[in-house]
Amino acid sequence: MSHCHSSTQNNLDFMNESQKTIILAGNPNVGKSVFFNAFTGLYVDVSNFPGTTVDISYGKYKNYTVIDTPGVYGVSSFNDEERVARDVILEGDIIINVVDAVHLERDLFLTQQLIDMGKPIIIALNMMDDVKRNGLNIDINQLSNLLGVPIIPTIAPKKIGFDPLIDSLDQARIGHPLKDLKEPIEQLSSTLKNPAEALLILEEDQHVRERNQAENQPGYREQIYQWRRKRVNEIVDKVVSEISQGASFKTKLSRWMLNPITGFPILFVVLGFMYYFLGVFFAQTIVDFTEGVVMGQYYQNFILQLLSPAFQEGSFWYKLFIGEFGLLTMVPIYILGLLLPLVIGFYLLLSLLEDSGYLPRIATLVDKGLMKLGLNGRAIIPIILGFGCVTMATITTRILGSKRERFIATMLLGLAIPCSAQLGVITGMMGSLGIGYFFIYFITIFFVFGIVGALLNRFLPGKSTDLLIDIPPLRLPKIKNVFSKMYTKSVMFLKEATPLFIIGAIGITLLEHFHILTWIQNAAAPLTETLLKLPKESATSFIMGIIRRDFGAAGLFDLANQGLLNPAQTLVSLVVITLFVPCIAAILVIFKERSWKESIAIWVGSFVISFAVGGLLAQILI
Amino acid sequence: MTLSNVQPGEMIEIISIPDEKIRVQAIRLGIYEGAHLQCADKISNGPVILRRKTQEMAIGYGLSKQIKIKVIA
Repeated sequence: MSHCHSSTQNNLDFMNESQKTIILAGNPNVGKSVFFNAFTGLYVDVSNFPGTTVDISYGKYKNYTVIDTPGVYGVSSFNDEERVARDVILEGDIIINVVDAVHLERDLFLTQQLIDMGKPIIIALNMMDDVKRNGLNIDINQLSNLLGVPIIPTIAPKKIGFDPLIDSLDQARIGHPLKDLKEPIEQLSSTLKNPAEALLILEEDQHVRERNQAENQPGYREQIYQWRRKRVNEIVDKVVSEISQGASFKTKLSRWMLNPITGFPILFVVLGFMYYFLGVFFAQTIVDFTEGVVMGQYYQNFILQLLSPAFQEGSFWYKLFIGEFGLLTMVPIYILGLLLPLVIGFYLLLSLLEDSGYLPRIATLVDKGLMKLGLNGRAIIPIILGFGCVTMATITTRILGSKRERFIATMLLGLAIPCSAQLGVITGMMGSLGIGYFFIYFITIFFVFGIVGALLNRFLPGKSTDLLIDIPPLRLPKIKNVFSKMYTKSVMFLKEATPLFIIGAIGITLLEHFHILTWIQNAAAPLTETLLKLPKESATSFIMGIIRRDFGAAGLFDLANQGLLNPAQTLVSLVVITLFVPCIAAILVIFKERSWKESIAIWVGSFVISFAVGGLLAQILI
Repeated sequence: MTLSNVQPGEMIEIISIPDEKIRVQAIRLGIYEGAHLQCADKISNGPVILRRKTQEMAIGYGLSKQIKIKVIA
């Protein structure tokens, strides 16, 4: 580390002081992680950047520490990703800037900013194979001369250009900064511990200003951005020439995805495929095997035979470890047999969506509809993520532009979006009921989602922000990348869910053993039996649902398997558990992200709405 | 006229963008006062999709009503 006295040091303790650091920086989806893997191989650590939801990967290459940064369009503090990228880049010794050769106008804006910071840079000009395909030609020598830094053309998935890049590390150079910036930066940087921060002080970055006590410096952000944009466009006009123009299949597909007439059918086909993959293949075929056979029979028999002699049947310890809600029976069977396969399936799909570039197109397509709910198209990202895990999605609402949007999105997520594990259980149970019930379920949830959103939009004060997003090119996802994302997310699920399931199992066993559960079931009977017309045992599932909604859904799954629920009752119970209060983890995050008043409104609101809607359905159907 | 009135295929010049925060984010994607862009697509009463060379970006309806433009081709 060259600048070890920065105030960010304690955030970045993995940046070893005696070792030089190589930082990978670039726009979103330019293939940085492929470079990262090529440098570090298998020995990679992932750590959460303190105070954010952003994970940073770092590893070793020879005597260097190599650090991957989140993809950003520029270095500043518009969001968590940018703040993390900013702090890592500021501390780096060599920056490898991965640039999408097809999107120089967008990507060079970041490149020029990195150059203006005065860091030694080498550019990996990636996706060179797409350049010809798009009818473009790039004069790489001239680009390198104009920027003042070495450029290595690369094609990451084929590992083309990796060896030259590695051989050229020591040629990383400080490029040509914007000429109008030279003087003010030189003046300012001599007074700073980390000279690279001079640029960000001039660009009015609040955090960097504060930690340098430079709040009173004049700011030129807009001016600098204009100079930079002008310079980048000049460079692009000089080095890029179009040799042919022709609408490729990708361009046409992209148009179809954005046009509502073709876009919505495409979206429904994709969602239909996702439903079949997750709801039918994973939730039924695979889960029947993992939950029904492997865990439910082999594992359960094994553990019961092994431990039954150790405990007296019916004793508290028997129940705690191997009873109906036991730590060694229910917990591993639910987590490994039922939920893990569903989570794996969901994250496979989500990674495909992310890597293909389809997500921003969905955001554009649904923007008009989401505006009626006081959101803009970007909110589709936390909503889709919510189908994976509402807790994660709640944190992602930070990407939304206003407090108002964050509240609406959090409420809708907590209320009407079932998470992947829960959704898997629900679709599995729905599968046996037939399409009619599934349709009623879907319509009910959809209407609740729409009506609550529209009401919030109508009555909440303030104004929501508008859509403004980059639409990246469509790409075929790289299978290796998709699997590695799926793996990371599934491990995170296990880490997050297991402790809560253990707490839940202990809690429910205690309630059951001391007969409080029966008491609650009786006390809740007016709600469950009279209002929802369900057997009183269903109260147990709802209590489990407070801990985690997938836990509650799994409880209902058991009830249905025991033949305690008829089809209409199954439907009602699933609607209630879907709309029910968010799980403990999500509630904790909601309280952290929102104010007390807002959080309580969300908590109580979802409780009331779930029982009201469930009750209404029950009175009509049962 | 405003960006919300643009038709697919038209070349436009951006005349003004309200709000500094939006200007600063838009300029990174290549949308700035004086920029020449093409309207690649448009959802009626919905987002406008602008293009310059291979770069595309979507701008919501509300914002597109506030961005002043002129059609140049």
